[in-house]
Amino acid sequence: MTAVDESNTSVVARRADALLRVEQVQKYFPITGGGLLKRKVGDVKAVESISFDVVPGETLGVVGESGCGKSTAGRTVMKLLDPTGGKIEFEGRDITHLSRKEMVPLRREMQMIFQDPYSSLNPRHTVGSIISAPFKVQGVKPTRGVQAEVQDLMARVGLNPEHYNRYPNEFSGGQRQRIGIARAIALRPKLIVCDEPVSALDVSIQAQVVNLLEDLQDEFRLAYIFIAHDLSVVRHISDRIAVMYLGRIMELAESERIYKAPLHPYTHALTSAVPLPDPRAERSRERILLHGDLPSPINPPSGCVFRTRCPKAQDRCAQEIPVLRELAPGHYGACHFPEERHLI
Amino acid sequence: MSDPFLQVKDLRVQFPTEDGVVSAVDGVDFAVAKNKVLAIVGESGSGKSVTSQAIMGLINRKTAKVTGEIRLDGEELLTARPEQVRSLRGKRMAMIFQDPLSSLHPFYSIGKQLVEAVNVHQDVSRSAAMQQARDMLDRVGIPNPDRRLKDYPHNLSGGMRQRVMIAMALLNNPELLIADEPTTALDVTVQAQIINLLRDLQREFGTAIILITHDLGVVADMADDVVVMYGGRVVERGSIDDIYYRPEMPYTWGLLGSVPRMDAGRNERLQPIPGQPPSLIRLPKGCVFRPRCAYHELVPGNRCDTERPDLLPVTPEHAVRCHLDPAQRREIAAERLGVATADPAMEDK
Ligand SMILES: Nc1ncnc2c1ncn2[C@@H]1O[C@H](COP(=O)(O)OP(=O)(O)OP(=O)(O)O)[C@@H](O)[C@H]1O
Ligand SMILES: Nc1ncnc2c1ncn2[C@@H]1O[C@H](COP(=O)(O)OP(=O)(O)O)[C@@H](O)[C@H]1O
Ligand code: SF4
Ligand code: SF4
Ligand SMILES: [Mg+2]
Ligand SMILES: [Mg+2]
Repeated sequence: MTAVDESNTSVVARRADALLRVEQVQKYFPITGGGLLKRKVGDVKAVESISFDVVPGETLGVVGESGCGKSTAGRTVMKLLDPTGGKIEFEGRDITHLSRKEMVPLRREMQMIFQDPYSSLNPRHTVGSIISAPFKVQGVKPTRGVQAEVQDLMARVGLNPEHYNRYPNEFSGGQRQRIGIARAIALRPKLIVCDEPVSALDVSIQAQVVNLLEDLQDEFRLAYIFIAHDLSVVRHISDRIAVMYLGRIMELAESERIYKAPLHPYTHALTSAVPLPDPRAERSRERILLHGDLPSPINPPSGCVFRTRCPKAQDRCAQEIPVLRELAPGHYGACHFPEERHLI
Repeated sequence: MSDPFLQVKDLRVQFPTEDGVVSAVDGVDFAVAKNKVLAIVGESGSGKSVTSQAIMGLINRKTAKVTGEIRLDGEELLTARPEQVRSLRGKRMAMIFQDPLSSLHPFYSIGKQLVEAVNVHQDVSRSAAMQQARDMLDRVGIPNPDRRLKDYPHNLSGGMRQRVMIAMALLNNPELLIADEPTTALDVTVQAQIINLLRDLQREFGTAIILITHDLGVVADMADDVVVMYGGRVVERGSIDDIYYRPEMPYTWGLLGSVPRMDAGRNERLQPIPGQPPSLIRLPKGCVFRPRCAYHELVPGNRCDTERPDLLPVTPEHAVRCHLDPAQRREIAAERLGVATADPAMEDK
């Protein structure tokens, strides 16, 4: 029994070709009190209820403010964290309750790239052994030998294959991110969860890495879940975007619709807050300022979690949780009073 | 232009290190007037922070060599006595940093730190200083300022700490405010609040602001003028419209081509700058941008390899450091940046 059974708060239509399907997934982190017994005194409700799917070759962007649960969502659907509730399907198979061991073969199909190119690579391992680690874990023996295969991968992501025996600290931030990417694509996965893969990089290097990710997607028909807080990069790379707030998806739609015709008041505020690299557009832009801070995920507001900062909130919003439902074909929103607005 | 409030001329900062001399800032010129926002943009390591530290007198002159001219309201700071610069700092000029924890002490309450900042420059009673602190917290939009005065930095969210630091910087109504990546660590929603706040405060106090950031959206939103830095030097300088709609330096093109534009189609490919920023120890002999520049072959006589370009004016406000022929630069810019440069500016001239 999990809490999501009580209120079906996110419903997303099933797409036949879905590679990954996530239904009302929930992830709580228990908070324990002091003392010897370490009794549980509450939960950080990092992810309350998220539903979405991803089809092969597609990029789903995930945006939202710091702490809204993006990374937790990414790690949970990858089964790096055990879900508290809900259901995760990969290629039609229910993987929600698979053990770590049972997940091992599936790791060939789903990989992850992290934000921090500094801490996600072991400083004591050579680039060669970092990139070849997935072969070892999976017991895969490339026909042409590990080194040749790894050097191909290095060339593919724009690294010099002769640097096979170097250590991560000899590389710049952008190059380290390429090492992480080479490791992630080594086994030709179908899905890669990218958690803020370019956030730590300078803009010129960011663009290099974004282009590389796009090329690899075309070449291998990869699907990405692309988590980031830079909305213009997310819009650029994503086919569809999920907007998260306090552990829930507020809006889910095609990228262009999220920017040009968003329906949810939170998306309105979020997209209007992004400054555009275009001074003329900036001078004439309307900005919706949100007041106050994100509420605590330990004690989220009743009803709609956004109501404490929503300019449109009404009585009903405090009583009734708005269900994430289809408001227009393929366009999902969780709001009692959705309204299309043009802000860019 | 009215007399600039701050004028920086041929600023150079060199740090001797084990590997050689780091020329972190190598001939930087710019000026900021009251009531204006000057943005300094460039990749990490391009010398933005060292430039601002030099202005604030925060560079240790025993270990680094600082030359050139920095005039604040006509007063030369590089040759001034250290006590004199210290007394200007926090009073006539103040700085906010990317990481608020670096300028807030973890063990003292917000109130105590703000009161201290008031008392450094004003001879007022503790309760008067506390009142000023409270009012400033209120001004920067912190709810329940009385309660917050008793809080410690770790009790506050990132956006709230940033606001406390802004409050501290503004306590003595500085005439020059340097904001070094003030919103980089913040969510866009909080960033929008902080930008709004800076704008309101400028309207009220007429502050001259130097905004250091690599976010070209924030620059477009806030700046009047822009300085583009690369490898420790200014490579292009101009009004905001010069830089966004009439850029003439290949590095500026590269920066603009690297960010996704909202007006472009979503699937339009980004045009990144190849390679990486230079090491500041052994800079190339000719143009610093030469190793990453796709246009050096258009310059006759290999000058990009042998000769440092000077920062030369195109118009009185717009200056560019590049050997390419100006007419040719304009042609390439129009082609590369397409609609974006197709001179919307001309329409309203
Ligand atoms: N292991 C954990 N134990 C307890 N709470 C956690 C844990 N991991 C995350 N949280 C909490 O869960 C919430 C969501 O965190 P998460 O890291 O998923 O956010 P995020 O959206 O990725 O934020 P950011 O943009 O800052 O990376 C936060 O309140 C966070 O403090
Ligand atoms: N105290 C120092 N000693 C040696 N090198 C330094 C020192 N401070 C900064 N630098 C170097 O100066 C260059 C410019 O740094 P900085 O101004 O911080 O760049 P940014 O443009 O990212 O703010 C960098 O290469 C940096 O490593
Ligand atoms: S349900 Fe109510 S509070 Fe929530 S977003 Fe919609 S209008 Fe705002
Ligand atoms: S001077 Fe030469 S190398 Fe430098 S930016 Fe101009 S064309 Fe490129
Ligand atoms: Mg995260
Ligand atoms: Mg800096």
